[in-house]
Amino acid sequence: MRMELIQPFINSADAVLAQGLESPVSIENLTMEEEAYRRQGIAAEVCLTGDIEGRIIFDLDQKAATRFASRLAGAELPSTDGLVREAVCELANQIIGNAVTVLNDQGFHFRVHPPTVLTAERGSKSSEDTEALVMCLSTASGSVFMNVALRYHPRRAMEHAASAG
Amino acid sequence: MEKFAPVKRSGDGQPVRYLIVDDSVFARKNLAQMVETFGGQVVGEAADGVTAISEYERLTPDIVLMDITMPQMEGIEAAEKIVRNYPGARIVMVSSVGYQENIVAALQRGARHFVQKPVKAEVLYEVIKYVMRDEQNAAQSAGAGA
Repeated sequence: MRMELIQPFINSADAVLAQGLESPVSIENLTMEEEAYRRQGIAAEVCLTGDIEGRIIFDLDQKAATRFASRLAGAELPSTDGLVREAVCELANQIIGNAVTVLNDQGFHFRVHPPTVLTAERGSKSSEDTEALVMCLSTASGSVFMNVALRYHPRRAMEHAASAG
Repeated sequence: MEKFAPVKRSGDGQPVRYLIVDDSVFARKNLAQMVETFGGQVVGEAADGVTAISEYERLTPDIVLMDITMPQMEGIEAAEKIVRNYPGARIVMVSSVGYQENIVAALQRGARHFVQKPVKAEVLYEVIKYVMRDEQNAAQSAGAGA
């Protein structure tokens, strides 16, 4: 997976979280994940299709998700509130939407599908061409895990290889 | 949340009536909170484009705040269908996907403006004032002609 695909998501996560929480964000860990995704708390998944295909998962532990949602809602929410899950989905939607805006302006065309809440404990294993990059973003409200598994569409990959020479 | 001078309908001085369309209930609540600080009244909500069209016909709001990426029918298509039947409809697209093609497509199909998420209240406020200005201009023209 190329950093040119990943960087807009990192920049967008940084900007959206910093604006929403009005506090700085730092990236603590950045790893390539070969094992199947394991859900840690409240997770939302967004799928992309087009020149770039794959999925991105945002995963927050219950406490961080509740703090984050309460902060954005401007009122204290109970951890069981459905709005907390909605907030995680909306967070994923905003971060991915902002990243997609940058990638589209770079000439990549694709469709973003509405976010869905992940309820399964484990996801599918990443493959050779869709290895997952996992990063932990540390915020004042807790940690946000972003799991990105993207690949070029085969047609776009051939064009990319041809232009690289 | 910051306080804003109320934006009123120029014709009768009543609060601006909003229809908020977004598949995220969290996003709808956030937008509702914002427009209430502008002195507005949320008269309806919808979670997809199909419901947005029927709610527009039922409520005829002053402004629609419309998300783009939604299930069943996306926001740009819903905006186009509303404007086709109600050419005076004021639709403001509110989406996290703000690339140029999307903005141009929305404006070409009848949306009046575009606001990118995460929404800043002060940005939305200026857009609402701008979009409601046509009503003020029409009222002033009618007054001048009387």
